[in-house]
Amino acid sequence: MPYNMEFSPGVLLALALTGYLLGAAGALALWKRPRAARWWSFGGAFVAATCGLCAAIAALVQGADGSSWSVKLPQLMAYLPMDIPMKLRLDSLGAFFVLVVSLPGLAVSLYSLGYARGFEGCRSVAALGALFNVLLLAMTLVFVAGNAFLFLIAWEVMALSSYLLVSFEHEKPETRRAGVLFFIMSHIGTGCLILGFLLLFQATGSLDFGQFHAAGGGLPAGKRDAIFLLFLTGFGVKAGIVPLHIWLPAAHPVAPSNVSAVMSGVLIKTGIYGMARVFFDFLGAPPNWWGVTVLTIGTVSALLGVLYALMEHDLKRLLAYHSIENIGIILMGLGASLMFVHSGHPALATLALIAGLYHTLNHAVFKALLFLGAGAVLHATHTRNMEEMGGLAKRMRWTALFFLVGAAAISALPPLNGFVSEWLTYQSLLQGFGTTESLIRLMFPISGALLALTGALAAACFVKAFGITFLAQPRSESARQAQEGSRTMLLGQGILTCACVFLGLFPMLLLRLLDPVTQQLTGEQLSGQLTTAGGLVLSTGVPGAGTISMLGITVAGLGLLVVPLVLWLAFGRRARTRIGPTWDCGLQGLTPQMEYTATGFSKPIRMIFKALFRPRREVQREYDFSPYYATTLRFESHVEEVFQTRIYRPLNLLVLRFSRRLRALQAGSIQAYLIYIFITLVLLLLWTL
Amino acid sequence: MNLNPLAIVLQTALLLALAPLMSGLIKNWKAKLQNRRGPRIWQPYADIIKFLRKDMVISEHASWVFPVAPYVVFISALVAGLMVPMLTAQAPLSLFGGVLAVIGLLALGRFFLALGGLDPGSAFGGMGSSREMTIAAIAEPAMMLAIFTVAIGAGSTDLSHIVQASQGPMWNMLNPTHAMAFVALFIVLLAETGRIPVDNPATHLELTMIHEAMLLEYSGRYLALMEWGASIKQLVLMTLLVNVFLPAGIATEASPGALAVSAGAFVAKLLVVAAEVVLVETTNAKLRLFRVPDLLSAAFVLATLALLSTFLFK
Repeated sequence: MPYNMEFSPGVLLALALTGYLLGAAGALALWKRPRAARWWSFGGAFVAATCGLCAAIAALVQGADGSSWSVKLPQLMAYLPMDIPMKLRLDSLGAFFVLVVSLPGLAVSLYSLGYARGFEGCRSVAALGALFNVLLLAMTLVFVAGNAFLFLIAWEVMALSSYLLVSFEHEKPETRRAGVLFFIMSHIGTGCLILGFLLLFQATGSLDFGQFHAAGGGLPAGKRDAIFLLFLTGFGVKAGIVPLHIWLPAAHPVAPSNVSAVMSGVLIKTGIYGMARVFFDFLGAPPNWWGVTVLTIGTVSALLGVLYALMEHDLKRLLAYHSIENIGIILMGLGASLMFVHSGHPALATLALIAGLYHTLNHAVFKALLFLGAGAVLHATHTRNMEEMGGLAKRMRWTALFFLVGAAAISALPPLNGFVSEWLTYQSLLQGFGTTESLIRLMFPISGALLALTGALAAACFVKAFGITFLAQPRSESARQAQEGSRTMLLGQGILTCACVFLGLFPMLLLRLLDPVTQQLTGEQLSGQLTTAGGLVLSTGVPGAGTISMLGITVAGLGLLVVPLVLWLAFGRRARTRIGPTWDCGLQGLTPQMEYTATGFSKPIRMIFKALFRPRREVQREYDFSPYYATTLRFESHVEEVFQTRIYRPLNLLVLRFSRRLRALQAGSIQAYLIYIFITLVLLLLWTL
Repeated sequence: MNLNPLAIVLQTALLLALAPLMSGLIKNWKAKLQNRRGPRIWQPYADIIKFLRKDMVISEHASWVFPVAPYVVFISALVAGLMVPMLTAQAPLSLFGGVLAVIGLLALGRFFLALGGLDPGSAFGGMGSSREMTIAAIAEPAMMLAIFTVAIGAGSTDLSHIVQASQGPMWNMLNPTHAMAFVALFIVLLAETGRIPVDNPATHLELTMIHEAMLLEYSGRYLALMEWGASIKQLVLMTLLVNVFLPAGIATEASPGALAVSAGAFVAKLLVVAAEVVLVETTNAKLRLFRVPDLLSAAFVLATLALLSTFLFK
C-alpha cells in the first residue's frame, strides 16, 4: 500500500473519503430499516466531515511554508481502458475548499439526524442518506482531483447526485421541472468545461493539473482567452452568476432543506474553486479584460441577486437568490484580484483574493445556517410561504436566535463574519486608487458603491425575512402550532452560529490558514501584515490605511452597557412593566390580517426599481352597494423575471423551432439514413485527403 | 494608536450630553423661524428622564427581539460615535474601526430598529420598517461614494487619518470635489436622521411617519433609549460631516488650550450645520415617498461627480 503514514493530512483525507463511501454503502445496505439507515448514513457523514475538516486544517497548517504537495492514493481503477491515473492531490487551494465543504458538511450532517426523521415512513431515508454522502464525497473529490479526468468524473457524480436530491420529492410537478432545468443547465456547464480541458489537453498533451499549471501561461493569447471564456461559462453556471443563474432559485428551494443547505452553501462554491484554480493557477498572467469581466459579472450578480431576493415571499427561494448575490460579492474580490495581478500589484491582488476567499467560507457558513433555519421552519409549519408564518420567535426561540445571527451575518453587520469579508472587499476596492490604472481607479469605487447598495438591500431583505417569518402574530394555524425542532437540528445550527461569531471575532486565525493558499496563487503571504496589536486587530496591510477589530467593538459595546444600567439605577428602579395589547386604533383588537405582509414590505423597492421588475397587479372587487364595502377581494401581483422572459424563453423557442426543422431529416426511412452515412463518409474521406 | 480610557469616557459623556441638546436646539430654532415659541432647548433631557421613570407597556405579541432592540440601537450608535473624531483628531476607538465600521454599526442599529418596529404586529410599525429600510438602501451608495471620495484623498478609511490628512497643506476647502461630496453627504444626513424632505420628525400622522412609526409601541425606558440612540446617531453623522469636511480648529494634541479651541470650533460648526438643517426643514415640504429616490439619486450623482473630479483636480 503506498499510503504514507507519517503524512497525516493525506491519511485524514483518505479517512474522510472512506467515511463518505461507507456511509453511502451502509445506507443502501440498510434500505429496509430507515431508522438505522438514518443514523448510519448521517452519522457516517458527520465523522467523515470531521476528518475532512481536520485534514484541511492540518494541510493548511503544514503547508504554511508555502510548499504544495501531492499524495497518490492507490490506483482505484486498474482496469481503465486508458492509461490515466486517478490522481488525488491535496494542495493548499484544494485544502481550503475542503475546509469550505467540511465545516458546513459536519453541521448539516448533525442536523440531518433529526431532520430526516420527518421522512421516515413516507420516503426512502436510505436513499436520502446515501445520496447525501455521495454528494459530499463528490464535492471533496472535486477539490482534491489532481487531473482533469478525475475532476470531470467527480464533477458529474456531483451533478447527478444533486439532481437526484433535488428531485427527491418528485411527485410535485414543480420539483420535476426544477430538476430537469438544473440537469440541463448543469450539463451545458459541463460541456464548456470539457471543451476547456480539451483545449488545455491539446496544448500540453496531458490531463494533469501540474502540467496545466506549468504550461498555461505560455499559450497563445487567443487560445487562453477561449479557455477563459469556456471555464467562466462552465463554472459560472455552477456558481450561479447572472445571467446563467436561472436554475438556482428553481432547484435549491425544492430539495430537502439539509440538501439545500449543502447546495447553496457549498455546491455553488465548486464554481468558485474552479475559477480560482483555472484563472490563477493554470492560465498565468491575466489580460486586463478578464478581471474587468469578472468584476462586472460579480457586481451585476450581487445587485440583481439581492433585488430579486427582495421580491420573494418563499423563504427558501429568497435564500437561493441571496446565494447569487454572495457569489457576486466573492467574484468582485476575485475580479479585483485579477486586475491587480495584471497591473503588477501582487500585495493588493492578494488582499482582494483573501477578501473573495474569506467571503467564500463565510457564505458557506451563514448560508448553510440560514437554510437549516428555513428547514426547521418548514418542518414546523409545513410551508415555505412567508405570508403564512409569523410569531415563530416565541414558539421556536433557539431557531429564531440562530436565524437572526445568520441574517445579521449575511447582511454584513458587525461584529459578525460577513462584515469582516465585506470590509476586506471594500478595502481592496479602495486601495485600487493608489494604482495608476485609470480603469481600476474608475471601476473600483463605482463597484464599491454598488456593493454598498447591495449590502443595504440585503439588510432590508433580511429584516423582511426574519421579521415576517419570526415576529408579530402567526398568520396561519400551522404557524400558531409550530414547535421547536429536535436537539440534533438545533445543535447543527448552533455549530454554524458559533462559526459565524468566531469567524467574525477572530479573523486572524483564518488569515493564517489562508497564507499557503495565497502563496500558491499570487506568491504573497499577508497574514503578518494584515494583523496588528497582537493579532487582535485587522488592518489593510498598508500603514495607516485603516484598521478594524470586531473583538474590540464587541468588548466596547458590552462595556457601554454600563450606561443603560446606571440610568436604570438612577431613574428607573421603580418603573414596572405591564403586558398589554398593541395599539389598535380603537378597533376590536388586531388580527394577523392587519399585519404588514412580505409583499407589502418590499413594495417601496418594487416601485423604485419598477423598470427592472415590471410589476403587474390585478385587483378584482365584488360589492353589493358601494365599492368601499367590498364583499370579496382578489389581489394578484406579479414581478416579471426578465431573464426568463427576455433571454431564455426566446432562446428556448428558437431551439424548438430549429429541432422541428431538423425533424425532417429523421423521417424514419432506413434508406435516407444510409444516404446520410454515405455522404458523411465521403465528406470525411475528402477532408482527410 | 493606543486606547486611552480617559478619552473614551470623556467622549462617551460628550456624546450622551450633547446629543439631546442638538435635537432640542433644532426643534427650538425651527419653531422660532416659524414664528412660534417652541419647546425649550432642554426639553429632550426632561423627556428622556421622564421616559426613564415611567412604567412600560409591552405588547403581548412582542417576542424577545422587542426588548433587545433598544439596547442594540443605543449601544451601536454610541460605539460608532467613539470612532468619530470630535474634539481631538484622534478618535478614542479609531483602532477598532474607521468610517466603514461606523456605517456598519449604524446599519446594525437600523436593522434592530426595523425589527423592533415589526415585532408588535401593528401595521404602522411594519410600514415604518419597510420605508426606513428602503430609504436607507438608496441612501447608502451615495453615502459610501461620498465617503470613498474623502477616504481616497486621504488614502485611509481611518477617520483620524482622514481628519489629519485634511489639515495638511494640500487641503483646500473650496475644492469642488469636497464641496460636492459635502452636499451629497448632507442630503444623506437629512435622510438618515429623518429630516423633512424625507421624513417629518414632528408628525404622528399615521401615513407619513417613518421613524416615529417604528417607535409607536415603545414606552418607558425602551423609548428613552430609542430616542436617545436616534439623537446620538444624528450627532455622530453631523460630527462626521463637520470634522471631515471642515476640520479647522480640531485639536491634534491633548493640551488644555488646544482642547478649548477645539471645543469652541466644534460647537460653532455644529451650530452652523444645525442652522442649515433648520433652514432646509422650514423652507421645504415633505416629499412624497416615491419622490425621495429622486433626491437621493441626486446625492448619488453628486458623489459620483465628486469622485470623477478627483481625476481632474489631482
